Amino acid sequence: MSDFTADNGPTNGTAKTSLFTQTARTKRRNAAETRFKVYGIGAIALGLFFLVALLFSIVANGIPAFKQTFVTIPVELTEAKLDKNGNRDPADLAKVTTFGYKPLVTSALIVALKEQGIEIPFAKEKDVEDILSSSVAAQVRDTVLANPDLIGQTVDFRLLASSRVDGYFKGRVTRESLVRDKNLDAEHLDVADAMVDAGLMKTSFNPAFIFGSDASESRPEQAGIGVSMIGSFFMMIVVLFLALPIGVAASIYLEEFAPQNKWTDLIEVNISNLAAVPSIVFGILGLAVFIQFAHLPQSAPLVGGLVLTLMTLPTIIISTRASLKAVPPSIRDAALGVGASKMQSVFHHVLPLAMPGILTGTIIGLAQALGETAPLLLIGMVGFIASNMPDGITAGFLSPNSAMPAQIYEWAKRADPAYYERAWGGIIILLVFLMTMNIIAVILRRRFERRW
Amino acid sequence: MSFVKLTASAIAIAAVSATAASARDQVQVAGSSTVLPYASIVAEAFGENFDFPTPVVESGGSSAGLKRFCEGVGENTIDVANASRKIKDKEIAACAEAGVTDIIEVRIGYDGIVFASQLNGPAFTAFEPADIFNALAEKVLKDGEIVANPYTQWADFNADLPAADIMAFIPGTKHGTREVFEEKVLLAGCEATGAMEAMVASGMSEDDAEGACMAVRTDGKSVDIDGDYTETLASIDANPNGIGVFGLAFYENNTDKLKTATMSGVEATTESIASGDYPVSRPLYFYIKKAHIGVIPGLKEYAEFFISDDMAGPDGPLAEYGLVSDPELAATQAAVAAEETMQ
Repeated sequence: MSDFTADNGPTNGTAKTSLFTQTARTKRRNAAETRFKVYGIGAIALGLFFLVALLFSIVANGIPAFKQTFVTIPVELTEAKLDKNGNRDPADLAKVTTFGYKPLVTSALIVALKEQGIEIPFAKEKDVEDILSSSVAAQVRDTVLANPDLIGQTVDFRLLASSRVDGYFKGRVTRESLVRDKNLDAEHLDVADAMVDAGLMKTSFNPAFIFGSDASESRPEQAGIGVSMIGSFFMMIVVLFLALPIGVAASIYLEEFAPQNKWTDLIEVNISNLAAVPSIVFGILGLAVFIQFAHLPQSAPLVGGLVLTLMTLPTIIISTRASLKAVPPSIRDAALGVGASKMQSVFHHVLPLAMPGILTGTIIGLAQALGETAPLLLIGMVGFIASNMPDGITAGFLSPNSAMPAQIYEWAKRADPAYYERAWGGIIILLVFLMTMNIIAVILRRRFERRW
Repeated sequence: MSFVKLTASAIAIAAVSATAASARDQVQVAGSSTVLPYASIVAEAFGENFDFPTPVVESGGSSAGLKRFCEGVGENTIDVANASRKIKDKEIAACAEAGVTDIIEVRIGYDGIVFASQLNGPAFTAFEPADIFNALAEKVLKDGEIVANPYTQWADFNADLPAADIMAFIPGTKHGTREVFEEKVLLAGCEATGAMEAMVASGMSEDDAEGACMAVRTDGKSVDIDGDYTETLASIDANPNGIGVFGLAFYENNTDKLKTATMSGVEATTESIASGDYPVSRPLYFYIKKAHIGVIPGLKEYAEFFISDDMAGPDGPLAEYGLVSDPELAATQAAVAAEETMQ
């Protein structure tokens, strides 16, 4: 106000100006405001740019992981090799290992190539087997063991191509890059091209990447994120069933029942501090308490879930207390006024009204826990672990498993560049989960939240 | 208070089922990240060919693995520790203290360590241990005197090397690879340049001189990589002058980005390492708790399968991935079959 009188006031004695003409000072203030708006827009634009660049690189790098090159060839399941006694006894059949099946598949490939008139440009015809993944022998063996009647027949198999052949069709591997590579030669790519022309080889969508289990370093083409997804699922169950009730009970007590004194103050401060503790600390705690002291099994999703529960609790408590605080005191007063007990007023009136906020906080907390790797490092959930699909609910909680982010981290570490591609693909799947959870949280808030 | 009941019962169920299912049915392995690829290949084939579930292989480094191995005997300790170096006496003592007394040592083969740089970077094609020592040691011999490392370019001490800034990415001290690097490259270079002799002549004890030889310069020209080889690869990618220390198997999977240099005139290949011509190689091991054999199903079968000719032999999948097959594999097989423990 004093500015106004000083600059523009009629008592000032300076030249009379219309209110519509801007003085230098007003111009400066307006310019400052415009500048501030530009900064804001700039900040948003920069943020959006990074987001778009990030999403673009994730999608561009990760989409190829969802496709895989397959070879379809007829394989003759020779009785003389697979069942020498001819009695189809499962115990005898199991004695033929994958090393016994390998030559069978290789010769089937050579036969198929010759039938199609594709020349094999190797001194040793056997060398052409590098086109196929090393998983093929196990695939054929599993089929035969599951169905011994197939022995003696010629069966069509859809087999995985090796990671470098697959990389060639995805543009990751070129003939030049193979010059110094001892895993595959450029001639293999010539054969692969001819096989595509003959219809023996095809790149198509690969559901095994989403639902399959982890594979060893030598066969990235076989690896999938499915088992670690199940590991994550069981951990989230543990987190949900422990963190939600404990967190809500704690916050209701602190918010509605606890007396205000230095003890509750201390607890409050510590809860806020806990929310800021780096997650790896919870991992160390989990290792010491759950594994070394309580003797729970290592690498188990149950332990992972317990550790993540500790990490998620503060988030849930803080958001629950915020939503309890947002319920107006008049609701409590009205309930108490008509004769409800303190507990009735909380459980019949306050809690239902605070529920959307509590659920939102829980889902955000779960999403945070789902993306956490650091604490899992210490309780043995990172490595070549997610290789067995758990065969039941107890096994789901207790048998060793990994989690999605841990699996992605593990893949990104491995030597074969094909694993790098799969790591990006895993990120896409993880992001889909996180986005879904966040969208559910937003919808809950929009639909059920009441404002006063 | 239904949720309190729920929580209580959830914890109870968890506790009960944990004790009920504590009989572990798969082998648990942890340790060296260098051995991890081989162990995972074996574990996968083991799960495919045997009636046992696929063993679980965790990474974390040789020292961390051996530490967990020595925590004690029982189902919630690991059965096998992978190591890219021999177990130390200190670790054996720690094991014994925790009750882990009968340890079976298994050597699976050899691994070469290569010095690699960007494929299109400066022509680092031939190194001697002396070159690496001159480039990376804290103190070097210059004009007959021991001085703090003054070199900034490779050509400063060896005109045959490119005039490129010294920048090296070496494994951090928690890696087993670091020890091999120090002993077989830095120490060898120290002796070859005469720095060792000069240090002893200046009044240092032999041990102190060795320690001084293996000290790496700290002025930022040598960077310790505590992560995995992928991290070293990323650093090399961003640094045209960078030299990185890799395992042979990792290099062979990334020949489209990296080139290696010869060491003392020998190129690193599985053949030259097996014959002992290539100087920088080391044996890889795993250690088994004998007390777990017969308790954890499949443990002995896993160990025997690991070193079988089908897997670890010269034509097996491990050799294909980059392991240098052990010429004395048959002796190791016999030792495992007889469950011979370490003395």
